[in-house]
Order: sequence, then C-alpha cells, then structure tokens
Amino acid sequence: MSINTTNMKSRKLKSQIFYAIILICTLTTIAVLAALLISVFSKSIGWLNWNFLSSLPSRFPAKSGIKAGILGTLWVIGLTAIISFPLGIGAAIYLEEYSKKGWLKELIQINISNLAGVPSIIYGMLGLAVFVRQWGFGRSILSGALTMTILILPVLIVAAQEAIRSVPSSMRHGSYALGATQWQTITGVVLPYASSGILTGTILAIARAIGETAPMIMVGAAAFISFVPGGIMDSFTTIPLQIYSWTGKPQAEFQNVAAAGIVVLLAVLLLINSIAIILRNKYQDRVKS
Amino acid sequence: MNYNKLVDNVIKRILLLFAAISVITTIAIVFSLLGETVSFFKEVSIVEFFTDTRWTPLLEPKHFGILPLICGTLLITAGASLISIPIGLASAVFLSEYAGNRTRKILKPVLEILAGIPTIVYGYFALVTITPILQRLIPQTNIFNAASASIAVGIMTIPMVASLSEDAMKAVPNALRHGAFAIGSTKFEVVTKIVIPSALSSILASFILAISRAIGETMIVALAAGSTPKLTLNPLESIQTITGYIVQVSMGDTPRGSIESRTIFAAGMVLFMMTLLMNIISMLIVKKFRRVYD
Amino acid sequence: MSLKMKINHLNLHYGDFHALKDVNIDITENAVTALIGPSGCGKSTFIRTLNRMNDLIDNVTITGEISLEGIDIKKCDVIELRKRVGMVFQKPNPFPMSIYENVIYGPKIHGAKDKKVLDAIVEKSLRGAALWEEVKDRLHKPALGLSGGQQQRLCIARVLAVEPEVLLMDEPTSALDPASTLKIEDLMEQLKKEYTVVIVTHNMQQAGRISDFTSFFLNGEIIESDKTENIFYKPRDKRTEDYITGRFG
Repeated sequence: MSINTTNMKSRKLKSQIFYAIILICTLTTIAVLAALLISVFSKSIGWLNWNFLSSLPSRFPAKSGIKAGILGTLWVIGLTAIISFPLGIGAAIYLEEYSKKGWLKELIQINISNLAGVPSIIYGMLGLAVFVRQWGFGRSILSGALTMTILILPVLIVAAQEAIRSVPSSMRHGSYALGATQWQTITGVVLPYASSGILTGTILAIARAIGETAPMIMVGAAAFISFVPGGIMDSFTTIPLQIYSWTGKPQAEFQNVAAAGIVVLLAVLLLINSIAIILRNKYQDRVKS
Repeated sequence: MNYNKLVDNVIKRILLLFAAISVITTIAIVFSLLGETVSFFKEVSIVEFFTDTRWTPLLEPKHFGILPLICGTLLITAGASLISIPIGLASAVFLSEYAGNRTRKILKPVLEILAGIPTIVYGYFALVTITPILQRLIPQTNIFNAASASIAVGIMTIPMVASLSEDAMKAVPNALRHGAFAIGSTKFEVVTKIVIPSALSSILASFILAISRAIGETMIVALAAGSTPKLTLNPLESIQTITGYIVQVSMGDTPRGSIESRTIFAAGMVLFMMTLLMNIISMLIVKKFRRVYD
Repeated sequence: MSLKMKINHLNLHYGDFHALKDVNIDITENAVTALIGPSGCGKSTFIRTLNRMNDLIDNVTITGEISLEGIDIKKCDVIELRKRVGMVFQKPNPFPMSIYENVIYGPKIHGAKDKKVLDAIVEKSLRGAALWEEVKDRLHKPALGLSGGQQQRLCIARVLAVEPEVLLMDEPTSALDPASTLKIEDLMEQLKKEYTVVIVTHNMQQAGRISDFTSFFLNGEIIESDKTENIFYKPRDKRTEDYITGRFG
C-alpha cells in the first residue's frame, strides 16, 4: 500500500511547463496592447495636427477634421451627464437608504444586473424606437443623450450604491440621534461622506459612454456633418462615429485620419480616467485618516 | 417637524421612481423590439425566418432566413472564446498565484487599459493590423473575414475573463493552498486541483460573460467581418453577424415602416434572446456550483 | 530512542524582524514533542520551518541547519520533504470536495491510481484519525458538512494518507470544542506508535497530557528543552517556572 514517489520528476516538469505557458499567455496580453498602441500612434503621425482638430469632415483625407466630432461628443456626453447623474444617484440613494429588503428591491437589483448584460446596440434600437420615433425627438443630440443615459444608468447606479454603502452606519446613527429626518441625514451626512466615491464611479461610467459607437449609429448620428451643433435638437456626430466612418472608407489615407481620431479619443478617455483616479486617491486618503 | 416629514415622504417617492427607471427600461426594450417584430412576422412566416438558409432582405429575390446571421454570430463568438478564455484564465492564474506585488502593479493597469479601450478602436486594429497579418500568413484570406474580427473580439474580452477569474481565485482561502502544499503538492497541482475547482462557479460565470459580450459586440464585426450573410464555418471568409446586419441597415437609408427596416428589430429580438439566455445560464451556474467557505 | 530531526543554530528573519534566535532542538522518533510558549513567541513560525512552509512567504531568510535523518532539508526536494513531513493546521482546512476525495488527494498526486488501493488508503487513514466509524456511510458527502472536530480529524487523515514520517501539528485543537479536543488528544497516543509528532500548543495542560518532550519558547528563543515531566516539575530556568505556574502568558 505504500505510495511511490517515482513520479516526482514528471510532476515537477509539468509544473514548470505550466508556469511557462501561463507566463507566455500573460506576456501575450501585454504584447497585444503594445501592438495596438503602436499601430495606432504610428499611423497617426503627420495627421494629428491643429488642422485636424479644427476642421470639419471632408471628402479629402488631408482636409478632414474632427471638430464636429469633438463638439458633438461634448454635447451628447454633457447632456448625458446632466440627465444621468441625478437619476443614477437618486436611484442608488433609494436602493441603499430607503428601500427595505423585499421583492421590490430584489426585482430592481436583478433588473439592473441583467441590463448590464444587454448589448449596447439593443439600447440603440430602444432609443430609435422610443426617443427618435415615438417621442419625435428625431436624430438629435437629445435622442443621443437619452439613449446614452439609459445605457450607462445600470453601471452608474451600481457605482453610486457601492460608494453609499461604504458610509459607516455609525455616522447615520449620529445624525438620527440629533433628531434629523432621513432626508436630512442623507444630504447632511451620507452624501458628503460618499461624494468623491460617487463622483469617481459616475465619471468612469461616463467615460464608457464616450467610446460607445453602436447606439449612436442606431439613433442616427450622421457621419458627415458640415456644421457645428448649436442646440440639443440639432443633428450631430461623435468622435467614435467619425473613426468608424473613416476606417470603413476605401482610400487607404483615411486609415491615417482614423488613427488620428483614435488618438484624440484615447486622449479624452485618459484625461477623464485620470480625473477619476485623482478623485479616488483623495477619497482613499480621507477614509484612511 | 410635520413639514420635514412631508418632504421626506415626497422625496422617497421621487427616488423610487428613479430606481424604477431600470425596470421601465427592460419593459421598454422588450416592447420596442416586440412591436416591430410582430409587424415583421405578419409579413414573413416564423418558419421561413428560422429555417430558410438565405438572408437577403435588401436584394431581390428577398429571403428572410436568420440562420446565416446566427451562424456568423456564433462563428465570431466561438473564435473569440478560443482566445479570451485560455489567455484570460492564464493571466488570472498568473496574477493570482504567481505574480509578486511589483509584477501585479504592471499587469493590472495593462488589463484595465485593455478593458477601457473602446470597441471601435479594436475594430480599427482588426482591419488595419490583424487582417494584413492574416493575409500574409494565409494568402487566400478575404479582406473582410471572421478570423480577424474573432481575434479582436477575443482580445477585447480577455480583461473580463482575467479580472473576474482573478477575483474568484483570490477569494479561495490560503489555508486550502497550504493544506495542499503541506502534503507535497507542486504548484501546478495546487492551482489545477484546489484553486481552480474551488473558484469554478465564478470562473465559469466570467466565461459566460465574455461569450455574451462577444455575441453582442458590434463595431469590431461591422468593420472587419464583412457584410455577406453566409452559412459557413470557414473563418477566412467574409460573413455577417446579427449586429453587423443591424448596423449595415442603419447606415443606409431604408424607408421607415418598410419590411427592410423591420428586419433589424426581428434580428435584434433574436440577439436580445441570445444574450438573455447567457445571463440566465450564468445565474444558474453561480447558484448550482456555489461553494461556501466558512 | 533514535533521533529523527535535528535543528542546529536556526535563525529566521521576517525582513528586519528577528523571529527565531539560535534555536537548537532534537526531535525524537516515535515520540510527541510539544512546543509551548506565549503567543507570538515564534513556536508556529518554527514548526513551519520543519517542512519549509515558510518558503511560501516572501521576505523570509533562514540560516542554520535542519536535518531529517541526518540530511539537510535545504538539500531535499521540497515536494518530497513535505510528503515525508506532513502538517496539520490551526484551523481545519478541508478542501471543498467529498470526504473521500479529500483523503485520496495526496496519494493521487503522488501517483496512486488503483481504485482498490485508494479505497484501502481511505479506510486506513480515516481509522488512523479515529474518524472512520463516524463517516464510513457518507464518504462521498462534502467534507464541509462535517463538524469542526471531524473536519480537523479529516485533515489529519488527509496527511496520514500520504504516509509521512513526521507529523507537524500547529495548535490543532485551538479552534475546537473540548469533546473534539479530547478525541484528538487520545489520537496522539496512537499516532506516536507509527509517526514522529511535533505539536505546537498554547495549552500547557495539553502539553503535559500528551507529550514526551517539551520545548519552551519565549521571544523567539528556546529557554528550555527537556522531558515533559522535567519541564513541568523540575524546570531549570526561572522563566520556564514562571510560565508553567501561570505568572505570565
């Protein structure tokens, strides 16, 4: 019944081969990221200049610019932020502070996690059917922003919930002990404490919306816009939509224009994520102290 | 005091309404898809929709068989999973079981950046970088092909598998690893026989999530996979997915209310059902295989 | 009685912290050696050096020599070493699998395949850990369904299944109720017939009841090592006496 240990060599070999495979796979991930960034940046060289940033779309690669895309993205994302912040934070406050455990909370919570798994193009179809057609907003910035709001709301609510949940209940009790109502406690204690956490989470959710392309195609953002939007009922284009349209063009030079557009998009995302990270670090410092 | 209570009550109701928007959204998605889908099935028989092997709603003679689009979607999904599942899981094992703190500080941001890059950028990468490489390796590769899109979708979903699986493996108590080491296990044996089986439910859930994302991925396939609905398993050919078709129709100008414009809602309904199914499977797996640590 | 393990001038640092200072102990074969001392004195750290579990922790430096039957364990293959020197931990840590699978985990990785052999190992190991009668009808049920005391005996059976020569036990009863503790203490008496046992305990009565030799640790040093009755009734060092009589710790 004694157990032999003659298999030691092959077992150790197996363990080493396993490590080698794991390592190679992990390094592949890094290599792919490097390849992607190099491919984009090298193609954008010579195309990313002031002219590109300040021009409207054109049939000619050299004259094409991303101005309409940048302004369109700013309009849509700005409006999305204005609509989704109160809705998302309000919903999170309700779920964390007011709702009692029960079927209603459960239903809403399951719903939110399910919505996070719905492909973004489906939200675009919803936007097309409801905002563009039924509510008659047409192919406008407003339709785009409402669609984006619906798309990011689940992520935003979950992020805000986590921030609110991190507030120690002792702080709430302290407020109640002074005779404050629930709403006074929320505005006076909970929200100030959770504010930077909420802000970080919501900013990251917004950042996701900036890169979304498919829903904007569905609500009819146009690829070729020869004017700058002036109001929420104007038609619009966005940075990702411009990239899509340039990448799909047959002339090879447009690929360089697209690469320049990607660099602009990544720069915008980097900026926004940095703001979120700075806020998060501030927040962590405060919780520690 | 009464005034304060009144304010409290009114606010509570308003916030409930905000929270209910998520439920309303789900209902709205179902109804907005359903309305046009019902109109579609008044003109096209459901049998033809699910059995005809040709999908040519924009050309004469019109055929409305969704199978080629489903086939394209599944081909992309399978190809993407072949990349994202092994590489994602391997990266998760590396991060959770092998990497020291310093290595993790480099790797985690790499995964976060990959996860944060918009899909349109991956689409560009597929068309401009991956496809030319494939064409050099295998000359008969079409400029638009399933393989290139699959690879890009796979890369895009690596971070999802990696970070969720890593979290699950990190949650396995160290006591179990030590117990296995203490009777002479190699690292390989600890990882494959103890850590991965213990974290299995969440690992499987991460696979399903990646698959579900691949099914719904739009911009990569719209740019790189082509627009020829085809019943084929050859990844080097041009194909079309459900999402790719929806984008194609939306970019063109099909008149509202026409059968062509209704096809996208019927196709969207199929897509919604497929991802819903994945969601349900993932919930069931988590429930069934859940291991409880004390 | 012959010498199983010998520890010579062992020093261990966690980073800058000097956790074990010039430790010297002889471990006698087929006997129970108890390591006692107040918490934080280094006894758990020490027992983990005997099968190189400290290899798993970063930032640990060890000097000095630990030999198993005359051979330096640093020169042994670590996998083989841990097969020969098994370990039971403070908290029961059954794997999330069935009772049966828990026991055969070790034999299987070490190359046992035959179902009959495995069945026999399971019965022998569970009997060896005094658990067989309680679980023989539910071998294929999840191990996590067992009580704490049963889980700990399963962990002992899991180690016995790989037929180690030395059994290291790091406070094996500290997380258990008195009845389960008693069962495991009774088990020691049986185990030392076949194995060399080293046990860390913070419970002096336990050390007195079950061990043949006792070493007293304080602040990472060994103050005194001797036959258990000498440590308890004729301690040579004042500090040992103070600890035994409950003046601190």
